[in-house]
Amino acid sequence: MLEQQLVNALSLGSVYALFALGFTLIFGVLGVVNLSHGAVFMVGAYAALQVINHFGVPLWAGLLFAFLLCGLLGLAIDFLVLKPLRARNAPHLIPMIATIGVGIAINSAMQGLFGAENLRFPAGTVSEESLTLGGLHLTALELGIVLLSFVLMGALMLALKRTQLGRAMRAIAESPKAAYLLGINVEGLFYLTSFAAAGLGGLAGVLIGLYSNALFPLMGQPMLHKGIAVIILGGLGDVRGAMLGGLFLGLAEVLSIAYVGSDMRDAVAFGFLFLVLLLRPKGLFGSLQERKV
Amino acid sequence: MNLSLFKTSLLAVAATLACSAQAAELKIGVAEALSGGAAQYGAAIRNGFQLAAEQINAAGGINGDKIQLVIEDEQGKKEEAINVFKKLLFQDKVLMVFGPTLSNSAQAADPIAQASKTVVFGTSNTADGITSIGDYVFRNSVTEADVLPETLKMAIRKGNIKKVAVLYGNDDVFTKSGYDNFKKALADLNLPVTTTETFAKGDVDFKAQLTKIKAGNPDAIVLSALIAEGAPIMVQARQLGLNIPFIGGNGMNSVKVFDLAKDKSDGLYVGSPWSIENQTETNRKFVVAYTSKFKMAPDQFAAQAYDALHIATQALKTVKLSGNLAADRTALRDALPAVKWTGATGAFQFRRASDKAGKPAGYDAQQAAIVSVTQSGRFVIQK
Repeated sequence: MLEQQLVNALSLGSVYALFALGFTLIFGVLGVVNLSHGAVFMVGAYAALQVINHFGVPLWAGLLFAFLLCGLLGLAIDFLVLKPLRARNAPHLIPMIATIGVGIAINSAMQGLFGAENLRFPAGTVSEESLTLGGLHLTALELGIVLLSFVLMGALMLALKRTQLGRAMRAIAESPKAAYLLGINVEGLFYLTSFAAAGLGGLAGVLIGLYSNALFPLMGQPMLHKGIAVIILGGLGDVRGAMLGGLFLGLAEVLSIAYVGSDMRDAVAFGFLFLVLLLRPKGLFGSLQERKV
Repeated sequence: MNLSLFKTSLLAVAATLACSAQAAELKIGVAEALSGGAAQYGAAIRNGFQLAAEQINAAGGINGDKIQLVIEDEQGKKEEAINVFKKLLFQDKVLMVFGPTLSNSAQAADPIAQASKTVVFGTSNTADGITSIGDYVFRNSVTEADVLPETLKMAIRKGNIKKVAVLYGNDDVFTKSGYDNFKKALADLNLPVTTTETFAKGDVDFKAQLTKIKAGNPDAIVLSALIAEGAPIMVQARQLGLNIPFIGGNGMNSVKVFDLAKDKSDGLYVGSPWSIENQTETNRKFVVAYTSKFKMAPDQFAAQAYDALHIATQALKTVKLSGNLAADRTALRDALPAVKWTGATGAFQFRRASDKAGKPAGYDAQQAAIVSVTQSGRFVIQK
């Protein structure tokens, strides 16, 4: 049973990490806890569902469409909501609260458009059969989510560390003003980050929607709450931290169900989280945060 | 121009007055949620009443009198239900009232009918305590406390089940109360429970709980969940190689399970007072008539409303109306408990409920649940 639970923990942790990657990226560069990320995540799932249902396109095209549409949505949120607040030098709390409003508006709009009932991807979009390896059950989709979350983390880290673009982004994360004085196109990079992070959120929405088989307008909210915990645990704004935080939360949840009882799941998992934060108040990889201060 | 319009409207008023004076009409109030969150239920209920009234009137009415439904929208809100009840009882002077749609509203509005000694008849209120309000309160809606033991018994008999695991949503009033009812029924049946696991609304992964359940090696999983979590639970259980039956509460009793769980939806037992698959003569006729009138398939709520008006009609047939409203309302109340009726939902009779002090109060439904199991995308009735 323990082996299967560890497999379960790995796939659940990767689900959380996948969601948290885009979430943490926005914070890392823009310094905004974007609470509309859960709604963007949901839009991604619905967008892919619509093109797959109506045009019968394969999954990769659905994923691409969700990525692009959510990216544009993220861009629009940045342009219409975050940019005016930046221009007015609004304190940190204001953009966060503004994104709560954006999230509510998007949720309500989707409920108006598609109704409150549960939807799912057509059967056969991805194989639902389990691969059985030595008595362990794992679906192809779970394997895909695990691999993709690691690959995305690796790619993001590489991009941030090794490319000119990444260096510029890290410069902005330290000080947008200094970066601007150095001739970095700060606004442009803010747009790019918003686009990429929202696109990643959309991708996560499609994959997790496929995984849970239940799409509904508020599907992003519980994920958002877990996501906040994950990125705080990992250290706000850190890509590695989002990955590890996700895996940690997944492991804590699964093991507390296995050995303490499912009634105590959140108590144990979040108790652990609290302990970690007591020992490392800035999270597992809280360096970015440190530099900001 | 204005004058002629005025004349026409005067004529119309006169015509209406003349009309209502001619035919003796039995005014029956219908207070349902026709707008707001519960509107999908309220609309089905209204349709059921309209279909029944149309058929009864077409067949000659009740001892020559026609039924006139006075339909009001109580919006699924307590305050509005109270307002609508007052209007129906004191202004429209109806013989009796059907409704309201939600148990919450019934708790608030039924005492008004009780105080004015008028029958209030719920067709969709399943919460405990509604019929303990008083002896003018009736319902033909079957509660989960009655349905779940029957679902369990049928599943145990058909599936040769010796021990079960329990899984339920512990952060939702409805799924929690379903769990409480299951727990009591399991204790009454002396069925061993290997483990009891919980989940929360919005969870996407249930494999940890299911892996634990699998380790206990039960013969079935008792599941109190809403469909949003229930369907993924069924899919993930099958993915873990857990191919045992599920025994579901009311939340799982929906054709949505086939949409959401697709080929992993087999082997789910659910109980319900009504099933569209039930091929009795009365039910078949009801389904056909409803579908042709409203261009959609009926649901459980429509069927229960349809039957409720027939039940009231049986009582009214035995009452000799005096024209004195208070006396007629009481006479109807006294005639109702004896009614036995076989309608779309099957054989029905009333069962006396008691109030909090244990004294006799209103009347609940006494009706066998129909237990079905899912098989290749449809509910198959078990006998």
